[in-house]
Amino acid sequence: MIAPLFVLLALLTVAASLVVVLHRNPVYSALGLVTTLFLLAVLFVGLDAHLVAALQIIVYAGAIVVLFLFVIMLLNLQVEPRTLAPAPLVVTGAVLGGALGVATLGVLGRDPLPLAAVVGPGYGGTEPLAERLFTAYIVPFELTSVLLLVAIIGAVVLGKKRLS
Amino acid sequence: MLTLAPPAWYLALSAVLFAIGAMGVLIRRNLIVMFMAIELMLNAVNLAFVALARGMGSMDGQVIVFFVMAVAAAEAAVGLAIMLQLYRSRATINADEVTTLRW
Repeated sequence: MIAPLFVLLALLTVAASLVVVLHRNPVYSALGLVTTLFLLAVLFVGLDAHLVAALQIIVYAGAIVVLFLFVIMLLNLQVEPRTLAPAPLVVTGAVLGGALGVATLGVLGRDPLPLAAVVGPGYGGTEPLAERLFTAYIVPFELTSVLLLVAIIGAVVLGKKRLS
Repeated sequence: MLTLAPPAWYLALSAVLFAIGAMGVLIRRNLIVMFMAIELMLNAVNLAFVALARGMGSMDGQVIVFFVMAVAAAEAAVGLAIMLQLYRSRATINADEVTTLRW
């Protein structure tokens, strides 16, 4: 049993995600997001999801966070004078967020939890995933291409200097 | 095969991460940081999907993670373009100063 390694990774992930939410400088928030995403990729490897772990780094850490950093730098954002919402909102938000976490953990504790199933050696690789993707999930897969096309067109139009 | 912990532990971590993300959306007013908190929530859900896929020994959860990633990429591209345009016209990305659509 190597549970201590999981605990260490989990604590690091929570710490990095708290940096995302609480740091005053948006650039540090983005760096915290990259750290969180990398740590999640490590956790995915721990769950035998090797292809998903690789894609997590390539797509999330590589593409999406770079997009965030680009926009932060284009807007030339400085450290905010006032980071958080007004105090009543912050208290409400913190209480609601905490309650959500407690409620979810409570539901987890109530039901019998799944144990790791026995899987074959190829589990989590490209082949079994592609096999599902191109048979059972072919329609959503094709719809995803339409979604991405629409998103590209939308981003290009919105990115123009002047909207007419 | 490397086994760090039972899938249930991952589910607990996923719940904590989702709560942190939800808290971030509620307490921050910077639109970009709120956006990052949404990405955090999407990732927490991805972790739950992968953990449950491992628990059931099926690949379907990992396929769903693919779709979540594609939707997150599309959402980030369009959302950040909207923020860029907003900053050009209003010179702010503070959610409290953009309230035209608020009821």
